[in-house]
Amino acid sequence: MKYLEEFGDPTLAGHILADIHATASQPWTIMEVCGGQTNAILRNGIDQLLPPTLELVHGPGCPVCVTPLELIDRALAIAAIPGTIFCSFGDMLRVPGSDGDLFAVRAAGADVRVVYSPLDALTVAEANPDAEVVFFAVGFETTAPANALAVREAQRRGIHNFSVLVSHVLVPPALRSILESPDCRIDGFLAAGHVCTVMGLEEYESLAHTHGVPIVVTGFEPLDVLEGIRRTVHQLEEGRTEVENAYARAVRPEGNLAARQLVGEVFEVTDRQWRGLGPLPASGWRLTESYRSFDAESRFDVDRIEVDEDPRCRAGQVLLGLLRPNECEAFGDSCTPRHPLGAPMVSAEGACAAYHRYRRTEIGATR
Amino acid sequence: MSASWSCPLPLRDHRRITIGHGGGGLLGADLIEHLFLPAFGEAARDAQPLDAAVLDIDGPVAFTTDSYVVTPLEFPGGSIGELAVNGTVNDLVMAGARPVALSTAFVLEEGLELETLARIATAMGAAATAAGVGLVTGDTKVVDAGRGDGIYITTAGVGSIADGVDVRPARMTPGDRIVLSGPIGLHGMAVLSVREGVAFDTTMQSDTAPLHELVGSVQAAGIDVHTMRDLTRGGMAAGLCELAAQAGVGVVFNQDSVPIPEAVAAACNLFGLDPLEVANEGVFVCVVDGDSADSVVEILHGHQGGHHAAVIGEVTDQHPGIVVQRTRLGANRVIDRPMGEQLPRIC
Repeated sequence: MKYLEEFGDPTLAGHILADIHATASQPWTIMEVCGGQTNAILRNGIDQLLPPTLELVHGPGCPVCVTPLELIDRALAIAAIPGTIFCSFGDMLRVPGSDGDLFAVRAAGADVRVVYSPLDALTVAEANPDAEVVFFAVGFETTAPANALAVREAQRRGIHNFSVLVSHVLVPPALRSILESPDCRIDGFLAAGHVCTVMGLEEYESLAHTHGVPIVVTGFEPLDVLEGIRRTVHQLEEGRTEVENAYARAVRPEGNLAARQLVGEVFEVTDRQWRGLGPLPASGWRLTESYRSFDAESRFDVDRIEVDEDPRCRAGQVLLGLLRPNECEAFGDSCTPRHPLGAPMVSAEGACAAYHRYRRTEIGATR
Repeated sequence: MSASWSCPLPLRDHRRITIGHGGGGLLGADLIEHLFLPAFGEAARDAQPLDAAVLDIDGPVAFTTDSYVVTPLEFPGGSIGELAVNGTVNDLVMAGARPVALSTAFVLEEGLELETLARIATAMGAAATAAGVGLVTGDTKVVDAGRGDGIYITTAGVGSIADGVDVRPARMTPGDRIVLSGPIGLHGMAVLSVREGVAFDTTMQSDTAPLHELVGSVQAAGIDVHTMRDLTRGGMAAGLCELAAQAGVGVVFNQDSVPIPEAVAAACNLFGLDPLEVANEGVFVCVVDGDSADSVVEILHGHQGGHHAAVIGEVTDQHPGIVVQRTRLGANRVIDRPMGEQLPRIC
């Protein structure tokens, strides 16, 4: 695997930074949509190197962060049922529900397993025919193709002790919600590169034109992020509001057609609750009629579990870019990565956790 | 190594561990006489037929213990056997001691193949011989099938501390420089790659190794090591954060100075892990006077495991208790202690 060193090259980064500094003539607020980008920015200290007039706002693109509390509670309830094996991506295990997290359920005797792919969960189901194996299918458009593939495979191979707890959410409706908010202060977006790898650019054209914002599809290595910022600043300074692809090595305009076709077969658009943003119409995916029998929520009768978020958590304002994580009263006191009140403090990609990890010195000095 | 042990007559009735092997009777005695002692070899030379080993040590004694659990038991570059010896040896070495003797206590799972146990015990004997420590006393218990992961090993170790050696973290002083002995991330990613069945183009080997020679040669050159830490669980992030917190000083290091093998960087990227938080089993940092750091690097370069040693940073009176990484791009990033288990990210 190559490109890791090359896409962090300090000399090239210096050239891009110099261009940004020379171009940015006024204050601009840019939102990086994806949690992976937030992580890259804070991990490499990119925000410290930008002109002070340029503000980066950390968007809602962390699947761990926007999965609603009630879905976590439903996961906890399913995992606790004797005879189930609950499989999940690693970073969902520490997301707090109303009463504990999946680690706590596991410590109490439940069989909770970390997998790297939903197909691994399918293998677990095959190997344990007497158990009900449930996969926590969270994520944006990025993780959907693999999840869709697992469900389609389960049906094709007749693996009926497998089901998925679906919590898929979509990026464009979230951006629309942010842009339509009366408090919106975002001038331009760095779109999530890997989401576009799957879905292509089409959905972003109308967003850019309707709302008059530049949207630059951006990758995740330091040079990718800097180039995304550079192109956004150029568009803003020149008054352009276009969709631009700064991640051409991974994103084609039409996306990945095979993946889109697969996802379209297994999932259909539905309303979704977002942690922090509330209910958004047509903002997620659920299983289509022909695959509904693999839906864990109805199989385990947990869809009546409904709960409210901790009122002290202001994740919604953080995700909208209205509040910096360190401006939240709970930040660092009643809310830490160890005892998170809300999801953005949990995941390494969550804006609050990233702030807490990487900027503690600075925050300590200003608070 | 495994070829050297062939199942002797008294053990042939049982090719696997049975509950009886932990019962304190003949079966257990057979296991000691015909498996452990031959496998440990030279390292068990001083084992005595007493309930406790008797040691003759002058001066201050360092004493430590550690338990070893790892899945799988054998992985590229080593096994739980090497870990159990090297880990405890290194804890002694990091306390400034010369390792003298180790105890070995096994919790075995019913059904474990004797062949596997023999391979692991042989690895322990070889590691102990390489580190110059005796395996002087031990114990074996057996748990029901399904109640253990094959083998758990607990080793305790004692070592002697020479006059004038003081490596408490409090000796870290602003202006000191920090030397890293080798590339990071290899052990954790080697284990993870076999555990998860992910095939990489290059095989990563665990770096498990005793550090007594590396440290001994620095001390023998008359260099006053202010403090040391081996970078095991939690990796370099945990090691440096612990030192900064315990000493009440700040630590700054350069991202570019830290050797990270390309395979480790690539695998970490794939799993969404941070190489700074990945476990090592044969790497340490040592903190020395600013003027001595280059000599330390030069000495380490001459030893197996030290070829990539480098000065990575320094101790500062700024931001006490906090570790800061200067990134390749020239910004500063605060390094936190890892939470616990590293969790691979979703995407």
